[in-house]
Amino acid sequence: MSCVVGIDLGSTTTKAVILDGNGDVLGRGITNSRSNYDLAAAVAKTEAFINARFGLIEQRVEATETAEAVAILRRAFVMEQLLHQLRRLEVLLLEEVDKSAPPQLARPFREAIEEICRRITAEEEARFRQPALLRSDFFRDAVGSAFMRIAEQIGDPTGVSFDRLIGVYDKCIIRVENEPMDLDFRDHIGDALARVSNPRLADAVEYAVAYDLTPAATVGTGYGRARLPFPKEQIRSEILCHGLGAHAMFPGTRTVLDIGGQDTKAIQVDGAGIVTGFQMNDRCAAGCGRYLGYIADEMSLGLHELGPLAELSKRSVKINSTCTVFAGAELRERLSLGEKREDILAGLHRAIVIRAMSLLARSGGVDDEFTFTGGVAKNPAAVRAIRELIQENYGERTLNISPESIYTGALGAALFANRMVA
Amino acid sequence: MAEALKDRSMVLQKEMIANHFERLAQAPETGEKVVYTFVPGNLTELIRSFGALPVLPEINALQSGMRKLSGEYIAEAERAGHSEDVCTYVKCDIGMMRAGNIGPGGTKLPKPDLLLLSYTGCYTFMKWFELLREEYDCPTVMFHVPYQGDGKLEPEHREYMLRQLREQVIPALEKVTGRKYDEEKLRHHLQLSAMAEDDLVAVLQAGKTVPSPIDGYFGTVYYVGPIFSAFRGTQEGVDYYRALREEVEERSALGLGPITPEGPLEGEKYRLVVEGPPNWTHFRDFWKMFADEKAVVVASTYTKVGGTYDFGFRHDPNDPLGTMADYCSGCYTNLNLPARIDMIVRYIEEYKADGFLINSVKSCNSFSAGQLMILREVEKRTGIPGAFIESDLVDPRYFSAANIKNRLESYFQMIDARRAGRTA
Repeated sequence: MSCVVGIDLGSTTTKAVILDGNGDVLGRGITNSRSNYDLAAAVAKTEAFINARFGLIEQRVEATETAEAVAILRRAFVMEQLLHQLRRLEVLLLEEVDKSAPPQLARPFREAIEEICRRITAEEEARFRQPALLRSDFFRDAVGSAFMRIAEQIGDPTGVSFDRLIGVYDKCIIRVENEPMDLDFRDHIGDALARVSNPRLADAVEYAVAYDLTPAATVGTGYGRARLPFPKEQIRSEILCHGLGAHAMFPGTRTVLDIGGQDTKAIQVDGAGIVTGFQMNDRCAAGCGRYLGYIADEMSLGLHELGPLAELSKRSVKINSTCTVFAGAELRERLSLGEKREDILAGLHRAIVIRAMSLLARSGGVDDEFTFTGGVAKNPAAVRAIRELIQENYGERTLNISPESIYTGALGAALFANRMVA
Repeated sequence: MAEALKDRSMVLQKEMIANHFERLAQAPETGEKVVYTFVPGNLTELIRSFGALPVLPEINALQSGMRKLSGEYIAEAERAGHSEDVCTYVKCDIGMMRAGNIGPGGTKLPKPDLLLLSYTGCYTFMKWFELLREEYDCPTVMFHVPYQGDGKLEPEHREYMLRQLREQVIPALEKVTGRKYDEEKLRHHLQLSAMAEDDLVAVLQAGKTVPSPIDGYFGTVYYVGPIFSAFRGTQEGVDYYRALREEVEERSALGLGPITPEGPLEGEKYRLVVEGPPNWTHFRDFWKMFADEKAVVVASTYTKVGGTYDFGFRHDPNDPLGTMADYCSGCYTNLNLPARIDMIVRYIEEYKADGFLINSVKSCNSFSAGQLMILREVEKRTGIPGAFIESDLVDPRYFSAANIKNRLESYFQMIDARRAGRTA
């Protein structure tokens, strides 16, 4: 089947979307951008193709199997990918120990590494049998927290200490993330199928493996787009891609707000999804998604925990600082004054949205319908603040948010790719 | 980066400027008097008629910016207590002075014998010279030009300016130079000004040609250099603008595009009007972002800060003081917002532009205040969406290349998409 790919190289995450000839989404993939955009693009693309092939399996077995059966296969696949990377991490860790550990510690150090990796493997297998809470899909996040926890348990302050274990881990995780690895569908679907021991899926897997998905065109966007190995015609600005992507998701869209990692974009589009005007922050990054990342670090919370916590607030605290770093200082000041964490967080969310409102005003205001995209659109507290402030400033507006809003830019890029083929 | 391609006129300009700075460096020995003054509303002909040499601190600051010296000068001024929010031209100038007053060309600048403050739309100018007066302890005279708040000046405004010229500026120059005011000499300089102005206008209006043989912003800041600084009313100025005009007319006749630092730009794709000063610290990079996209600026407002000649004004030797008053009041910085909007709209229409861009500089409130309103209004009147970017004059900390490039690329792609949408 003919397909096209759109890639959005963001400052925080890299996204890929695959479309079929009708413009329908076949697959989506996401990874952390790390410091290597080329690799991030390759990983996101691989993930999107994996996703597309699982879609094919689902179609194939629709009549005979439950969605749950395919979901289990997919979990097994993800675990195989993770274990593959873990094995590579272990090799690198042991090499690093051989190279840098003091001779008297070499053996216990090796044993500690092996023990940690054994336990992580066991945990992952248990997790597969008994799915636990959602967590980050990125290898770094998933393995990092387990490694740290186990290292804390088995670290020996007088010998192979926690610090030593984390020291080698930090060195090696970057290498694992930055070397190309065999993580494709064909590399692990066999092991995954064996693990689920469900022979009724075998035929569909074979079908998906053999299925020809060769992209006819690829278009890239996002901050790292200049790094993509494409000719210039295959690169579009994220403004155009977000405009078109939002239009495709919600055809009534006239105003788009995208709060990304390091920039905020206010975009106006016409009835065909063509951008008619836009504004972005540039002298300063205050009020961008990274603002929330910084606040999460300051409060020792995960980024995804911020919004739900802020949602508990009954009374938002007014935060004055628009500077990210100063907002951190204001946060500590408020905490010391006894304000509640959720109230301060609600105020911080409102502060970031107020910055976005000024860009929206600059770009020509908020027209009906209004579509909110980017990673921050996943955050319920940010969405609530947007809703309130738009109501206050512009009155009643339809607010569109897609659960796939993080893929808006990649979707727009893929739509541009589709036009090149058409 | 490749060595810039140089036109004949550029070589000429380089020589003129080098000679001028050499003469300034020698001034303490030769006894030539030196007058510091600002670009908008400068009274160069009058200064020259007294045999004195002008020094333009903004020009020094922007050249320091282009030569990557401004960052250190600004740091020096900040160490001396000037805040981060002060105009960076001022801090660059003060830093340069504190570091030995070596001009951007490497020659030492003489101390001023007179600070001639022409006050045209910039309040900071007044504070700037107040600071210099403190340092140099020299006579200072202020020429106050009324702001065109209502879009025009009344006869009594003009009379007020003439009175200042007669009663304060001329006596101050007489005292410092020891010479009497010589109106014939002044007329002679004004005559030369008008000649150069004619040629400059022909150059600026070449931007109306499609494709444009000039870049009306990046290229034109070089073109206006001599007339905005020390060379208005001089024979060198006349010769330079004659040569420049010939070059531009030749390019125009051959259908050639402008010369950029990367070479001649062929295949003009976008025609833009730009409002606001350029960023000087990354001037070549900034220009390249346009040139790489085959975007040519066909007209700009910044190139009118030292005089708006393209709407008909010429220095008039028959009314020496009156014409100087008219010149000063008509500088771009002295125009109100509706007049600025009219000018931009006129440029967009007459120069057949398909886009316009505002570069909002952090340093200059006189320029930046109201720019978003200008943007809205111009969009409304022309139906063309504007682009808005933010940077600074000479503080290298406020030029975020990745962001600005991203913005420009997006803007150009938006123009493409609109064109495609219109023909679809």
